[in-house]
Amino acid sequence: MSLLEARSISIAFGGIRALDSVGFAVDPGEVLAIIGPNGAGKTTLFNIVTGLYRAQAGEVRLEGREVTGLPPHALAARGLARTFQNLQIFFRMSALENVMVGRHLKERRRLWAELLGLPSVLRENRESRERARELLAFVGLAERAGEAAAALPYGALKRLEIARALACEPKVLMLDEPAAGCNPVETEEIDRLILAIARKGVAVVLVEHDMKLVMRISDRVLVLEQGRVLAEGTPREVRSDPRVIEAYLGRHGLETAHAA
Amino acid sequence: MASGTRTKLLVLGSLLLVSLLVPLLFPSPFHLRVAALVWINAVAALGLALLMGLAGQVSLGHAGFLGIGAYATALGPKHLGLDPLASMGLGLVAAGLLAFLVGRPILRLKGHYLAVATLGLGILVHLVLVSEVPITGGPDGIQVPRLELLGWRVAGPATWYGITGIVLLLAAWLALNLEDSSTGRALRALHDSEVAASVVGVDVARHKLVVFVIAAVYAALAGGLFALFNRFVTPDVAGFLRSIELVTMVVIGGMGSILGAVVGAALLTVLPQALTLFHEYEHAVLGLLIILFMVFLRQGIVPGIAGLLTRRRAA
Repeated sequence: MSLLEARSISIAFGGIRALDSVGFAVDPGEVLAIIGPNGAGKTTLFNIVTGLYRAQAGEVRLEGREVTGLPPHALAARGLARTFQNLQIFFRMSALENVMVGRHLKERRRLWAELLGLPSVLRENRESRERARELLAFVGLAERAGEAAAALPYGALKRLEIARALACEPKVLMLDEPAAGCNPVETEEIDRLILAIARKGVAVVLVEHDMKLVMRISDRVLVLEQGRVLAEGTPREVRSDPRVIEAYLGRHGLETAHAA
Repeated sequence: MASGTRTKLLVLGSLLLVSLLVPLLFPSPFHLRVAALVWINAVAALGLALLMGLAGQVSLGHAGFLGIGAYATALGPKHLGLDPLASMGLGLVAAGLLAFLVGRPILRLKGHYLAVATLGLGILVHLVLVSEVPITGGPDGIQVPRLELLGWRVAGPATWYGITGIVLLLAAWLALNLEDSSTGRALRALHDSEVAASVVGVDVARHKLVVFVIAAVYAALAGGLFALFNRFVTPDVAGFLRSIELVTMVVIGGMGSILGAVVGAALLTVLPQALTLFHEYEHAVLGLLIILFMVFLRQGIVPGIAGLLTRRRAA
């Protein structure tokens, strides 16, 4: 039994099959990369597994229990956290507060106590603040804790999202293009971060376009094309798979050859 | 806006200071009456500021809850033989319950459905107050019995100024506490991104419902206070214009700022009194002032001035 398992997931948007019986599984401490050309269905798969979309067929299991179709907040309570391809930051809050929101499920949230500002609530605020500071330090944003999230550069926001997701203390972390739009130095930092997270026993699933990053850090790679699984295996196996080469280079190479 | 203990003390301290200074500077009964009205309106605006400023939801019929609080306080003694204060408590429960029933199905949806639904709700409440003449007294309004506490007849502008001031301070204290809590952070988070809030475990629909109910209870509390203080209510208290006035108080003072809601309430309560010297142009001047405030202090008065001050200090 894997930690997170998606089986024969299918979904169609207006007659177009975006995903056709796709599945994957990850174990604790493992890094699984999902790659594929644009429109292959990577983000759609992410959105189904994290409860934002509802699959028309298939099931998702977390620690062996079926969680298909549960809302995102219920999945978060079961240990599933994610980041977004196009950032979803709480821009009106500080960097520190963004991460504190990630602590939501760890806080007791008793409305009466909160309204009265009881000492237990203040203590909990302090704990959340300390934990959020640690996480900001872990992703390299310790000095920017007090700054408004809106004032942070793109690369920092990418890491802020990771810190916020980690604040949920997830068992599975799903990263949707964690290095998109980052320069080589920032990409390397994210690289190190992901490996450090996996070393702590968190299962990491990521969608990524940066092939160098994927090949460097993944234990296994799942290749999607037009909503189907094209190949799956270690980075080495996938890299030498002729179907993958064709999907990425071959056809394009052939077409340009013909055009010339 | 982030709270923290220091901000809490700063806001409450400045409110306390102002409420102590007002009777020294303006001791006349007329001025104290206006000031008591300011505190009452500020309570309603505070609740709406939590809904709009923290959670980013708009209620366009909030005066409906004001009306429920006011009329419960007026009608309880007449029809149920209840004490005015107990009637007011009943009004708070009724407003909270109604907000729960209306909000529960609507707040599951994204977008401005709450604004439209509350607009309808406000109009409905107003309509019932106007047309149920045998119960509510209809458009002519209804008398409210004097409040008596253990034989003490609560009367006089100075007394009411004190009572409303204390209630406002308590309401502001609760609101500040809420801001600086897990629920408060979740509300501000879902204001910016509902999807991001939900994937870290925030039950978005439930949180929106909670703050809507709180806002409704705040409005009903203001309505009940107004009824006891004014000793006469008409359906105007629940009218559409009152709802718009409440929203304007929050926007002009500065959304998401507790102090802003009080400043907005003060402005929209005092200005019409001050502008009576413009006679028939009163409303035109009021409208013009609101436009000017929005042009020059777009974030609202309190956040706008705070921003100016910090920029000056930095320069």
